[in-house]
Amino acid sequence: MQICLRRFPGYIFVLLLSVISAPLHAALDIEIFGGGAAQIPIAIVPFAAEERLSQSITPVVSADLQRSGLFRLVDPGGLRPHEPIEVSFPDWMNRGASALVIGSTTALPGGQVAVRVRLMDVAKQAELAVYAETVPAEQLRAAAHRIADLIYEKLTGDVGVFSTRIAYVVKQGKKYSLQVADADGFNAQPVIEYTEPIISPTWSPDGSRLAYVSFENKKPVVYVQTLATRARKAVANFRGSNSAPAWSPDGKKLAVVLSLMGGSQIFLVNADGSGLQRLSQSAGIDTEPSFSPDGQSIIFTSDRGGSPQIYRMAVTGRASGTAERLTFEGSYNVSPHYSPDGKSFVFVHRNGDRFNVATQDLATRQVQLLTNSQFDESPSFAPNGKIILYASEVRGRGILSAVSSDGKTRQQLSTQAGDIREPAWGPLRRLQ
Amino acid sequence: MKKILSVLFISVLSACASKTPQPSADVEDRSAGARTGMETPRSGEGEPSLNPLTDPNNILSRRSVYFDFDSYVVKDEYKSLVVAHAQYLRDNSNAKAMVQGNTDERGSREYNLALGQRRSDAVKYVMTLSGARESQVESVSLGEEKPRATGHDEASWAENRRADIRYQGDY
Repeated sequence: MQICLRRFPGYIFVLLLSVISAPLHAALDIEIFGGGAAQIPIAIVPFAAEERLSQSITPVVSADLQRSGLFRLVDPGGLRPHEPIEVSFPDWMNRGASALVIGSTTALPGGQVAVRVRLMDVAKQAELAVYAETVPAEQLRAAAHRIADLIYEKLTGDVGVFSTRIAYVVKQGKKYSLQVADADGFNAQPVIEYTEPIISPTWSPDGSRLAYVSFENKKPVVYVQTLATRARKAVANFRGSNSAPAWSPDGKKLAVVLSLMGGSQIFLVNADGSGLQRLSQSAGIDTEPSFSPDGQSIIFTSDRGGSPQIYRMAVTGRASGTAERLTFEGSYNVSPHYSPDGKSFVFVHRNGDRFNVATQDLATRQVQLLTNSQFDESPSFAPNGKIILYASEVRGRGILSAVSSDGKTRQQLSTQAGDIREPAWGPLRRLQ
Repeated sequence: MKKILSVLFISVLSACASKTPQPSADVEDRSAGARTGMETPRSGEGEPSLNPLTDPNNILSRRSVYFDFDSYVVKDEYKSLVVAHAQYLRDNSNAKAMVQGNTDERGSREYNLALGQRRSDAVKYVMTLSGARESQVESVSLGEEKPRATGHDEASWAENRRADIRYQGDY
């Protein structure tokens, strides 16, 4: 339950930080609720000539940083420096900014845009980072996310996740649509649409494929789909039910849950559907596997002890009934996912008639309850381990929520129409 | 009496089956199952219709087995229904059935999928004990994904704690 105020202590803020009004073409609306995290005061000066571009950069950078809950935006007022020589540091100190971002944009022939950015430490009056890139005008949002990642990394020491993508399912009427969007909810693209349910999407470690469960054949079947080509393949379509896919960290195998041999048990299958191998062996339900980052073990939900609880077992070459029980508080602990560093896991804990998101440290066993809403489901970590994305409900409608892993900042993502559920955060994007 | 009736039905059905590999396209199983799901067991009398699986006067038209909260025990009141389907499969060796388990909406989707599987497995188990061959019955789960009742109250949840017996052509 400890809050760690390592950097920039002393900026304790507010219940409602802001409501970002998303442009009309945004698929998701995002609201942010902050609650006392240490926040870095940062001033972001609109870049030179960016108002002439099809997409301004600094509003995207500002929204990214603010959404993280770790930054407070300082109004630059009328100050418009674009080059270091134009910066008067005392002015920014007076405004309470500890970091300053300035930059410029230059439209080039052929629809290219040159972007230059500088991040300054106001107290030290020093440059922390310089960044320049030339991008096609239609990729200005992506460039802005990279700039936000750079600023986040320089000022917090953690990897930024603003350039990542999320996957989720939208249910509208009788239609189910598996969609992929940027982490800020923009550029939502349908991956596949059906009139039968789709659940449990999960990203391959390299971000090129999604595994998910579709009911298009009147029963659950596990598919893997390549995003670039849209090619899809049933990788677990055995007699009975097939569900709960989880990628091994090397992307070569999937843990899946099959009723093929009775009950619901965990199996391993190659990502092309070959090489079926049983992993768990119990008389109860074993489901919802999640691989440890080193691939050596899985955590999963099992009711072998009478109530659904979270267990850990080694991944070896053969089926095993041996597993270590990890959760002991309460009678319903389900849906575990390892943190990216493998030191903790996130799960859903039933608390009376509420279902809430919690984390548990694997070494100390300490549990931290992160949410207090009614029906929270399907939590998973952002690839930097700092944010947990989960499904929730507001007035009977499914929404996506995210909570910082210290529980201090929450945000909500919703669609104008329909239920949104089953979120999964994609991996970090590899640099090209 | 029941035995005589079922023999009669089988002869009618096998005549149908020889014409087409699948039951007729206008089978209305879902509504029949929904309508009769809550009724008390029928006596089984009535004129034999073309298809005993959909004749509302035939016990075989009843397809839904309801379960108590957090339970997968096939209750006594549904045993005769399940046994009737088992005997139908025994007497129609080419027929195949799928049992779909369902749960209410509370809790993890994947864990509910496993709970629904337990319900369909339980129904399948009774069927295989009562004459159906294992290969004739596939038990699967729809978890909480296909609720018949869409409310968020106990009545809806009870309606969704259910397994449905379906035959090729009507799912």
